[in-house]
Amino acid sequence: MSEPVVWLTIFVLSVFVGVEVISKVSSTLHTPLMSGANAIHGIILLGAILVTGYATTTAQLVVGLVAVVLATVNMVGGFVVTDRMLQMFTRKRPAPEKVKQ
Amino acid sequence: MSATPVWAQVAYLVAAVCFILALKGLSSPRTARAGNLVGAFGAVLACVVVFLYAGLDHVVAILVAIVLGTAVGAVGARRVQMTQMPQLVALFNGVGGGAAALVALLELGDTIGTRPAAFTLAATAFTILVGSVSFAGSLVTFAKLQELMTSRPVVFPGLPVVFGLSIAAALVLSVLTVTGPALWIGVVLALVGLLLGVLLVLPVGGADVPIVISLLNAFTGLTVAAGGYVLGNAVLLVAGTLVGASGTFLTKLMAAAMGRSVVNILFGALKGGSTLGAGVASDRPVRSAHPEDVAILLGYAHKVIIVPGYGLAVAQAQHTLRELVDELTERGIAVDYAIHPVAGRMPGHMNVLLAEAQVPYEQLVEMDDINSQFKQTDVVLVVGANDVVNPAAKTTPGAPIYGMPILNADEAQQIVFLKRSMRPGFAGIENELLFDPKTTLLFGDAKDSLGKLLSAVKGL
Repeated sequence: MSEPVVWLTIFVLSVFVGVEVISKVSSTLHTPLMSGANAIHGIILLGAILVTGYATTTAQLVVGLVAVVLATVNMVGGFVVTDRMLQMFTRKRPAPEKVKQ
Repeated sequence: MSATPVWAQVAYLVAAVCFILALKGLSSPRTARAGNLVGAFGAVLACVVVFLYAGLDHVVAILVAIVLGTAVGAVGARRVQMTQMPQLVALFNGVGGGAAALVALLELGDTIGTRPAAFTLAATAFTILVGSVSFAGSLVTFAKLQELMTSRPVVFPGLPVVFGLSIAAALVLSVLTVTGPALWIGVVLALVGLLLGVLLVLPVGGADVPIVISLLNAFTGLTVAAGGYVLGNAVLLVAGTLVGASGTFLTKLMAAAMGRSVVNILFGALKGGSTLGAGVASDRPVRSAHPEDVAILLGYAHKVIIVPGYGLAVAQAQHTLRELVDELTERGIAVDYAIHPVAGRMPGHMNVLLAEAQVPYEQLVEMDDINSQFKQTDVVLVVGANDVVNPAAKTTPGAPIYGMPILNADEAQQIVFLKRSMRPGFAGIENELLFDPKTTLLFGDAKDSLGKLLSAVKGL
């Protein structure tokens, strides 16, 4: 396979996985799920680190560092806030839980 | 850019699997918290690996930036009130989109000399454009939810024209990026994207904003995926695509819970005629009562259903409400909470807020399961909710919420509203149920009113 096709394959398969893994989510968890997914795309931090690490001019460096800060806020804040939400679901859970579906 | 060594690629694969497991875990209450931690582990792993192989410059500066971002993100996430969760998620989403757009701009500036493939340039243009849309759109949703600006739809004459022209401009600039890449084209494209983001969210009414957050979240996911292609990084591609696909699907689920289509939510206001209700207090007569009267209604009922809304959370009255419910339950009264899917400001938001007040999970009943029970219910106590019990959703075609499934509170014997004032709900529509002969209103701050109700019920 040529390289773009390899990437396309990964992309298409990921689409199916993405839909499949959340297809049975109960509406109770919509908010934490949205927030958790939000944290995951904070992985753009990796891209921000890469471009900043190869910056050759001051302008590139500055823009890259801004991107690193923004991406870190997205990633760290996203995971922390999701954990805080979910903590409330699990704390002091009485007896066997009644899970919908 | 140096080639990625095999061990690093394997580490990236592990990170990608972590993200899949995270989403999977987040779909079930029992595994959600672990799922989120697995996702965080994957993200940290991927970011550590890149430092080990890539031979980066400016490492100290990057680390300082990461520490700074961590401080801002963690403090914001820890300090925020649960009621303000939706706007925080919007903000985090926006900065992620902004970061992706900046990364693509830098990459564009860096690779112009090397004549990248057309497909790579197309992905670059996509990342710049959609990342900017997501950034600006999220900031507007933040402003709407934080009530820095009106939460009502903002429409001005000619908006569809400006919107259409902006889209055309974005397409032309994207094509130019592919045919004759230049940094200035990318910058203009980003500016057009910012404008598009603002125009996209302005006409969306307050009650629909959560759906837009979810949609923009999916946008940012796709942006990150395209960025991953541009940088030749598989973990970005997989993670971004996962979020893009699941986010799009989640947006559809949420819209379905409101009985709306995504297109209708985004562009409904542009068609006009959906601004029923003036957003001001009505002076039609209503029946208001004292806490003692309501306490008697509740104390001698057999079955009570609580309909909690965002107002409950704003008043921080969840704990007082739970005490009242405990008191009623001790008197042998059957009490349930009816949870509308979009109660609060985000789907599932109310569950989070009540869980915070340690309301047992079993007492929270979803709309479809409880709607048939209202007929046999003596008293419905609506606390700080409005739109989710507004019969206009069933009876008034043309109302902004028409078609949204509602809780059938109007079928109960008695309805009691705890309200601060006669101002309409978030959607800005008058609620006929308030003027129903079966309805009693108890005015005042929710926490205050619930406290009075509690002591009055105890005194019965």
